[in-house]
Amino acid sequence: MFKKILIANRGEIAVRVIRACHEMGIAAVAVYSDVDRPALHVRKADEAYPIGAAAASESYLNIPKILDVAARSGADAIHPGYGFLSENAKFARACAEAGVKFIGPTAAAMDAMGSKTRARQAMERAGVPFVPGTSRGLESREQAEEVAARIGYPVMLKAAAGGGGKGMRLVHAPEELKSALEGARSEAERSFGDSEVYLEKAIINPRHIEMQVLADEHGNTVYLGERECSLQRRHQKVVEEAPSPIVDPDMRKRMGEVAVRVAQAAGYTNAGTVEFLVDREKNFYFLEMNTRLQVEHPVTELITGIDLVHLQIRIAAGERLPFTQEEVVIRGHAIECRIYAEDPDNNYFPSPGKITLLLLPSGPGIRRDSGMYEGWTVPMDYDPLLAKLIGYGTDREQAISRLTRALNEYFVGGIKTNISLFRRILSDPDFRAAKMDTGFLDRLLKQKTVEAPADPKAIEVAVIAAGIFATLGSAAAGAGERPVATVSANSKPHAASNWKIAARKEATT
Amino acid sequence: MTYDIAINGKSYRLDLNRVGSRWSCRVDGREVEVDAVLARPDVLSLRIGNHAYEVKCERVAGEMHLWVGSARFAAEVRDPRSLRGRVRAVDDHGPKKLTAPMPGKIVRVLVNQGAEVEAGSGVVVVEAMKMQNEIKSPKRGTIQKILVSEGAAVNAGDVLAIVE
Repeated sequence: MFKKILIANRGEIAVRVIRACHEMGIAAVAVYSDVDRPALHVRKADEAYPIGAAAASESYLNIPKILDVAARSGADAIHPGYGFLSENAKFARACAEAGVKFIGPTAAAMDAMGSKTRARQAMERAGVPFVPGTSRGLESREQAEEVAARIGYPVMLKAAAGGGGKGMRLVHAPEELKSALEGARSEAERSFGDSEVYLEKAIINPRHIEMQVLADEHGNTVYLGERECSLQRRHQKVVEEAPSPIVDPDMRKRMGEVAVRVAQAAGYTNAGTVEFLVDREKNFYFLEMNTRLQVEHPVTELITGIDLVHLQIRIAAGERLPFTQEEVVIRGHAIECRIYAEDPDNNYFPSPGKITLLLLPSGPGIRRDSGMYEGWTVPMDYDPLLAKLIGYGTDREQAISRLTRALNEYFVGGIKTNISLFRRILSDPDFRAAKMDTGFLDRLLKQKTVEAPADPKAIEVAVIAAGIFATLGSAAAGAGERPVATVSANSKPHAASNWKIAARKEATT
Repeated sequence: MTYDIAINGKSYRLDLNRVGSRWSCRVDGREVEVDAVLARPDVLSLRIGNHAYEVKCERVAGEMHLWVGSARFAAEVRDPRSLRGRVRAVDDHGPKKLTAPMPGKIVRVLVNQGAEVEAGSGVVVVEAMKMQNEIKSPKRGTIQKILVSEGAAVNAGDVLAIVE
């Protein structure tokens, strides 16, 4: 077993991995950038090393610096967390060359799943269902019409060279195909300099359901149940739950076995996730594989009773999986909310600043994975995920009620957070009825919030409390007072998730 | 003690008489008996009759918000008898300064001297950290003075404009 693990990450996930290390009697080494010196993960670790300026490229993405810390600290393994270098094959290779065990899959497995075309070809060989369509660019309008007629409308035309919605056209009927194809081609040409377009069956408002897999280095691969992650905003997950309300034991077994085949086709080891799109008829199609531990792993841990980070470490240390597929039992329901430092009244702009007051929820069925503390100043240089709040219960209803109750206990003062969004989501009738798809959140956010008139009793309490606070003076005052930039919805949006951009750059080199 | 309290912009008169943890209050003439315990700085545990309330106080950038349970209220406290209180007394009727929240550069001046503005109207745009921040007027009034021009570099705390 490892004696010392370096955690090449920050925030809540670094704290989570440090905790697992300590539970297993392993020393934890933290790395931190200049702005992260006061961060929670630094003082929870046993050793901490500075790795440079705030910019991720200079610190958390800097492979030589991280390997240098591994050498100096004598760490025998590195846990990459999620994001940053976790899916970077170059880093995995560099760890192997440096004689430090990378806690995750091999570089080869990352490469196999990192390319969409290579992944599709591997899926074809493995007999895995994926969204029907062409795997190569369309050669002619006639070919497009023939394929579309065969797979059935509606179909989606997509640019081979890129994404972000460019070069994409949804085609409902054969009459629309000709002009859609011309439009998609020219837009693709303008956006990517490549007019190659392919065709896929269009899945309208799919559900995003992913399967957790775990494989040791001795050929044993299991699935640990699915997670439903359909509540997304701009392709970023906001609420996740396990199990999926629409997956019955038979579908779970079928999806799980497909996920295991995917992992085996990629020669996968350690923890990973296979993502599927599910249509209204409950047909599931392979989308992609995430070759890392995911943010939302706690919901799987709660319904299976399995500690994924412990197992990641044990698998990397060469141990066999301590259970068989038959021994994996799903029990209860878990729902996770991602608490971000964002202003819901201002287009979810990142909300930096000092946390002046933090009142924390706890109690039955509540788990909180957090990187924040009272008095901490949230740095602007990284993805503003502050914490994950998870509610667990015997069934979905109880999970929702516990989570709702916990959200009412949660108070983060001094900065804006998206906590109010979760109250809206959890009280939404469609959410409660599990009527979800990837369009749910956009539809909810478009609805006008009807502000309930303020309760006169609450106003009276506020008046009295204001006077009491004023009378008690400085004795009653906490950490408050810090200038906060007022960002209007018209100003340029904050450069999106610096680490995501850098991580993507790294992943494509 | 007597205060003028504004909650979400609406004014109330509050008289407080304290004996230990018991506060005899009069809200716009209405008598209310309150039992108050400060649980920790910025957190009050109130009992009114047998109803229990948790009130949190949040002070950021000169603004005060009170949370009664999960309901949020903007609050302003004015002590009619003293000009310098421990709580920053905000006078609705006096001129207010707009200051730069961080070091940066003025990229746009949105209004002229003498312009009428509403609470929340943009006055000046400061660029910092590749983000543009629109500095808004805290109250309804007239721009008495603009102290910066486009292109000027500012430090945190510099006065940008005065609204009266």
